[in-house]
Amino acid sequence: MAIPIVYNLRSVRARWVSAIVAVLGIAGTVGVFVAMLSLARGFKATLVSSGSEDNALIRRDGATGEIDGVVPLDQARVLQDAPGIARDGNQPLISPEVVVIAAFPLKSTGTDANVQVRGVSAEVLKVRPTVHMKEGRFFEPGLNELIVGRNVAGTYAGLNLGDSVRFGGGNWKVVGVFDAGGSAFDSELWCDSHVLSQVYKRPENLFSSITVHLTSPAALSTLKDSLTSDPRMTVQVDREVAYYDKISRGLTTLVTVLGTMVAAIMGIGAVFGALNTMYSAVSERSREIATMRAIGFGAWSIVISFLFEALLIAFVGGLIGCVAVLPLNGLTTGAMNWQTFSHLAFAFKITPLLLGIGILFALLMGLVGGVPPAIRAARRPVALALREL
Amino acid sequence: MVRVDGGGGAGSLIQIRGLDKTYRRGGEEIHVLQGLNLDVDKGEFVAFMGPSGSGKTTLLNLLSGLDVPSRGSIVVAGDEITHMSGNKLTEWRARHVGFIFQMYNLIPVLTAFQNVELPLLLTKLSKSERRKHVETAMAVVGLADRMDHYPRQLSGGQEQRVAIARAIVADPTFLMCDEPTGDLDRKSADDILNILTRLSKEYAKTILMVTHDPMAAERAQATLHLNKGVLVEGVAAAAGSHV
Amino acid sequence: MKYMPLIIANLFRKKLRTALTIGSFAVALFLFGLLVVVRGAFSQGVDVAGADRLDVINKVSIIQPLPYAYRDQILRIPGVKAITFDEWFGGVYQDEKNFFPQFAVDPDNQRVVYPEFAIPEDQWKAFLQDREGAIVGSGTAKRFGWKIGDRIPIKGAIYPGNWEFNIRGIYQGAKDNDDLTQFWFQYKYLDERRQFGKGLIGWYIVKLNSPDDATHVQKAIDQMFANSPYETKTETEKALASDFAKQFGNIELLIVSVGAVVFFTLLLVTGNTMAIAVRERIGELAVLKAVGFSDRFVMFLVLGESLLIAAVGGLLGLGICKLFTLGGDPTHGFLPFFYLPYPAIVLGIVIAFAVGILAGILPATGAMRLRVVDALRRV
Repeated sequence: MAIPIVYNLRSVRARWVSAIVAVLGIAGTVGVFVAMLSLARGFKATLVSSGSEDNALIRRDGATGEIDGVVPLDQARVLQDAPGIARDGNQPLISPEVVVIAAFPLKSTGTDANVQVRGVSAEVLKVRPTVHMKEGRFFEPGLNELIVGRNVAGTYAGLNLGDSVRFGGGNWKVVGVFDAGGSAFDSELWCDSHVLSQVYKRPENLFSSITVHLTSPAALSTLKDSLTSDPRMTVQVDREVAYYDKISRGLTTLVTVLGTMVAAIMGIGAVFGALNTMYSAVSERSREIATMRAIGFGAWSIVISFLFEALLIAFVGGLIGCVAVLPLNGLTTGAMNWQTFSHLAFAFKITPLLLGIGILFALLMGLVGGVPPAIRAARRPVALALREL
Repeated sequence: MVRVDGGGGAGSLIQIRGLDKTYRRGGEEIHVLQGLNLDVDKGEFVAFMGPSGSGKTTLLNLLSGLDVPSRGSIVVAGDEITHMSGNKLTEWRARHVGFIFQMYNLIPVLTAFQNVELPLLLTKLSKSERRKHVETAMAVVGLADRMDHYPRQLSGGQEQRVAIARAIVADPTFLMCDEPTGDLDRKSADDILNILTRLSKEYAKTILMVTHDPMAAERAQATLHLNKGVLVEGVAAAAGSHV
Repeated sequence: MKYMPLIIANLFRKKLRTALTIGSFAVALFLFGLLVVVRGAFSQGVDVAGADRLDVINKVSIIQPLPYAYRDQILRIPGVKAITFDEWFGGVYQDEKNFFPQFAVDPDNQRVVYPEFAIPEDQWKAFLQDREGAIVGSGTAKRFGWKIGDRIPIKGAIYPGNWEFNIRGIYQGAKDNDDLTQFWFQYKYLDERRQFGKGLIGWYIVKLNSPDDATHVQKAIDQMFANSPYETKTETEKALASDFAKQFGNIELLIVSVGAVVFFTLLLVTGNTMAIAVRERIGELAVLKAVGFSDRFVMFLVLGESLLIAAVGGLLGLGICKLFTLGGDPTHGFLPFFYLPYPAIVLGIVIAFAVGILAGILPATGAMRLRVVDALRRV
């Protein structure tokens, strides 16, 4: 028969200061852990959701991103007849795009951030069916008009609907806001690619990349084979999702590694705190423990009893840690993605899985912090403890 | 009947033969008990006296299975406990021994009721059965009205009474008392001794008591003195031990 | 310090507890050091930026080029001592993962404007004479095992084709936190071979006669090219680096929050441990007082223990952190500045002491106020 749980509960309450210390130590560690992982997850989710399974991204062979390579117009023309590309009536769903950077002040700090500006074709909404106009209207081809992603107005200054901005040597008007489902596009400015080329004094016939809408996800291989075996083309073809996954990896890995490292170190500290608490508990209660053993409770009952206390404290700590960081969920922040050299707004993303991992982490700390003291509690010579004053 | 010469028959409840216990302290060997014998029949109330360091506590610990002798045998209710493993000894102790300590040793975060109930958790009794036993035990010690009090809300004497209730609640084979009145004032001590006397006379409980208190020893049916590692009977053997 | 043995003896009473508390301090201060390092890495060299250097970039964005022709015009502005330029190359060496920054530079002026990069004279001369020569930082050279004379193939990304360079020199830094990952080659080589962008450079770096010239030279340059096809934005190197760093979002906020959480917890853990330790020793402390030691003495005794734990733990944590950073950037390229500066170490020790005092003050004053009579009765 086990030692009654009410003993553990009341003992914890009697030494509530020590218990709270251990709880807070674990809560802090779990909170930091979950927060950092949710930061990485949010960043990755934002980028990955930018790509879809049935779009392909075509860039110059050898380019590492969209900005550092060019696809000439004549190669873009070859795409018109390439296999696997979906059509709207007779029109192939192709969007040749010009991607550049423009500096805009961040609302948070007032200093400049590199915002990605994408010159697109007039059919872009058909090529990317997950993007919808939210307010205002689509830009008029041929004019200096901008449509902005839903995160833009809140992140950068001076880009609200109706505002006029000057960049690239030209004046532009924001005529619409689009919703790209929380992806990287929501931090971008879109306009007519031909107008952008002119304003930025780029050669008219060069594009940064071309996005095409496939007939089906499986059509990628057909398109890829056709293009790479064509001697006129010097391009690389990727599934859009795969491309965004790749360019999210750098920062995601860094934040995840950093977050795990910090949490691991904090975890060690928390375990030290828990150990201290539990060892002190064992020490202060040595007479009670000995009495129970004298009465006839076996060594195992004692171990399990103390372990239960440690795990209880750890569980509460983990719960508090998770609850404390929940408000962060959905909070937007921004960071610069080295791989594209552009600024990106994204949100913390806390998932049930992440919370589960947090609690497990807490329980692990409780286990490591509870087992050695529990074993010490059970091992003490009973007779000695009974006579201790 | 109580004998210390090793000549008792097989009918005694407790039978000790040739008990040796040696400690090592700082490189030296200390022979605390040397060839000790004891026979105690069921229902006896025995007091153990002796100067500090004579080995009373050691004897107590050995008898209740908290320690293991260097040599010799201890048989209680037919069980030879010197050869029992740790786990078996624990089980045996739960069933056969009721402890009463000088410092009461109650669990401060449990109520009087819960403290008394503790040994019963080691049995297979149901909750209502346990409640009945506890209430009975508390009635015997006269504390039926304080069952929901915490130890800190009780006086020293009351705490000891709760401890006695805990010791008898599972109906153990014998009670082991280590200076039960050592920390109490005269009045409370008398109350405790009255209870012990009742337990012995009315309930025929076997009680072994280590004490310094001559008034406590008087209540016992036999007083044994621990001297040079063995037990000797009678008052005259310990000159000037009490008046 | 004749009471030091007494303090130490008390700490050795419960060795495990003392070790655990020291461990907590060590962990917390290791973390503090790590956070300082990471913050420094994200600041991307704000601290090494020269106070007497200005960066001139295209006003539209840093990736837009500027004409080579601007060079002589800027040089004529009073206050300008020297000028050089860089152009980002962004090629790939074997694998995209092997990232390191590559710049086409103006060899004649590079060293004048960036004197902190130390290159032996003969290596530099060899570089000047070789059109396909390259100078590489010791960090990158070590990473790939390059030696002087090696021929390095780099696949162009912005400027397509296979480019090959001969390593003519390896530069070292003067301070611990200098960037040792850069790869420089001749601008002439780039401009000849590339298909587009001829006559354009990435950005200019201007060296001033003195930092006081910064404001007026900055204004002069931007005014000179206002309303031209290539408008400029001129900032001190420090400001540019700082703006760049700010794009990394609320990294500092994150670091400060984590730091705060850690220290608050540490304070609790240590304070609690001290309190428990004092509680256990009430009897002895009372005896000390009965014997004749003053109340103040007892307080300092407890405080002394707390401080000793803090000092040992703090030094241990910071020391391990410093050792960790000596290994260099663990991400190989993303954090070129991975270094724990000595001022941070000093700050860490100060913080450790502060926490030690704060944590010990309550138990210490409790010990001081202890009335001998009460304490002995409790025993």
